[in-house]
Amino acid sequence: MGKTFTRPEALTEQPTHYCPGCTHGVIHRLVAEVIDELGIRKRTVGIAPVGCAVLAYNYFNLDFQEAAHGRAPAMATGIKRVRPDLVVFTYQGDGDLASIGMGEIVHAANRGEKFTTIFVNNAVYGMTGGQMAPTTMPDQRTTTSPFGRDVQAVGMPIKMAELLAALQTPAYITRQSVIKPKYINRAKKAIHKAFSYQLEGRCFSFVELVSTCPTNWGMTPLDAVEWTEKTLLPYYQLGDCKTPEAREEA
Amino acid sequence: MSKVLMKGNEAIGEAAIRAGCLNYFAYPITPQSEVAEYLARRMPEAGGVFLQGESEVAVGYMIFGAAGCGARVFTTSSSPGISLMSEALSYITCAQCPAVFVNIMRGGPGLGGILPSQGDYFQATKGGGHGDYHLLVMAPASVQEAVEMVMQAFPLAEKYRNPVMILGDGLIGQMMEPVEFPDDLVCEPSNKDDWATNGMDHRGREKPNLVKSLFLDPVQLNDHNLLLKAKYERMKRDEVRYEAYNLEGNYRALIVSYGTMSRVCRTAIDLLKEAGLEVAMIRPQTLFPFPEAAVREAAGKAGCQVAVSIEMSMGQMVEDVERSVRGQCPVEWYGKCGGEVPTPEEIMDVVRGMLDA
Repeated sequence: MGKTFTRPEALTEQPTHYCPGCTHGVIHRLVAEVIDELGIRKRTVGIAPVGCAVLAYNYFNLDFQEAAHGRAPAMATGIKRVRPDLVVFTYQGDGDLASIGMGEIVHAANRGEKFTTIFVNNAVYGMTGGQMAPTTMPDQRTTTSPFGRDVQAVGMPIKMAELLAALQTPAYITRQSVIKPKYINRAKKAIHKAFSYQLEGRCFSFVELVSTCPTNWGMTPLDAVEWTEKTLLPYYQLGDCKTPEAREEA
Repeated sequence: MSKVLMKGNEAIGEAAIRAGCLNYFAYPITPQSEVAEYLARRMPEAGGVFLQGESEVAVGYMIFGAAGCGARVFTTSSSPGISLMSEALSYITCAQCPAVFVNIMRGGPGLGGILPSQGDYFQATKGGGHGDYHLLVMAPASVQEAVEMVMQAFPLAEKYRNPVMILGDGLIGQMMEPVEFPDDLVCEPSNKDDWATNGMDHRGREKPNLVKSLFLDPVQLNDHNLLLKAKYERMKRDEVRYEAYNLEGNYRALIVSYGTMSRVCRTAIDLLKEAGLEVAMIRPQTLFPFPEAAVREAAGKAGCQVAVSIEMSMGQMVEDVERSVRGQCPVEWYGKCGGEVPTPEEIMDVVRGMLDA
């Protein structure tokens, strides 16, 4: 009888530093499985963000570059423009992408850069210790919004997928989640599509993944899943915001 | 090869292509925008990459990404733009990627002005971004020298795996002079398989490459800084360049000046010589590494009563001159930084005044 569960070749054997209940491990695995399935590991370059996933290169068994906070889409642009034969993806959190890196992601998407962005949205800054992010929910308590996010003072959370989908350049923009198996299967399909579009040289592809951060939310992993379904998913609705097919038909 | 009349900014763009650099990312800013305008047409013709980024911040990282995957790449900007690129310069230097940055300086601080200046000396030579690092900084005094330095910058950047900066002023970028592109400065890109993220398939090796600047372990970070420091020490040993002028006579004053300012100083020295006053000049062609030994030796010569740093800034290079002279004679400064270039007559008066005093 053969093995039914193995480690993807695109992952190293190093145990991750992620907290219990964190979804980075799941997402790393999904990306690695897709890279294996497409047979692109030896020509793929990942861009690590600043944030909890800064050490992603310890876990992916492929070439990596490490960006400054928010700048991953500019680095990916540099690589993809000079080496279009390489497969390039950025892996970014919500503080990195939606706050300090807003300019870089919007312009890379608008230029239709042919790389893939995996955007992990857990509504909080993780590595720096649970500060408010642009994606933090109204009234959500964080270390820099100790009385809850006051939307009168700092505005409503930013829906990155919808914001990028408002751009005219054709692109694949989708939001998925990884908090339960049913979501994970759909997320994997989306990641597969995103890399496939890149391989076809078709468009910029963006997969937002609604995730958890039990540590900084001050919850058990199970409570974090429940809170995500109750609070995050109604606001960050899952599904495709834009596909190249729909764009081409229109 | 025959000479052509070209504007400095355009010649800089062409020089990069001739040097085998077919990748350019930039953002418009006066007084260097002609580089981007020239390359927007010329790069596609040469089969290269031209991209106007959304900001100098982003351009810095486009350069980082491209350099990190092993491509020969460069950008051009002017003072405020270089401030924004300084974040990336710190990262690129730490990650040891070769790239060329051209700064066609304008007056500062702040928005300052758009006329020529040398106000970014500290930023360029002492590290404009955070952390301990240096760029190798070359300072052209003519369009021809700008061309040659751009062509030499790529192999130097690759030799040291460190960014090289060409520090010109607005006049170098804006004026037209006859230039030729020396064929003997063309060199093949070095092999970067040991470190660049150019694809495992491309390298035919199983081991992934990693381009990074994070060292959480304090001992490792200190070791990495020692490694960088060793490179800067090698640059100080092997890459110092300068031009000496009128150094053989019995000069009473030594001028240290670079770039456009040094050309005016040269005229002043000629005029002073006609009037019977001998003055010598050291013109640093590399600002980092600074020609310390040459300045020290020249300032220490019997009869030299003063060393004066003449700059289009409020006294920046003078600190390196003081450091080099080591008290052998008084060190003075003269300069302007609003965009006016001091005239030969002004410099003659200044030098005479220092000797009379």
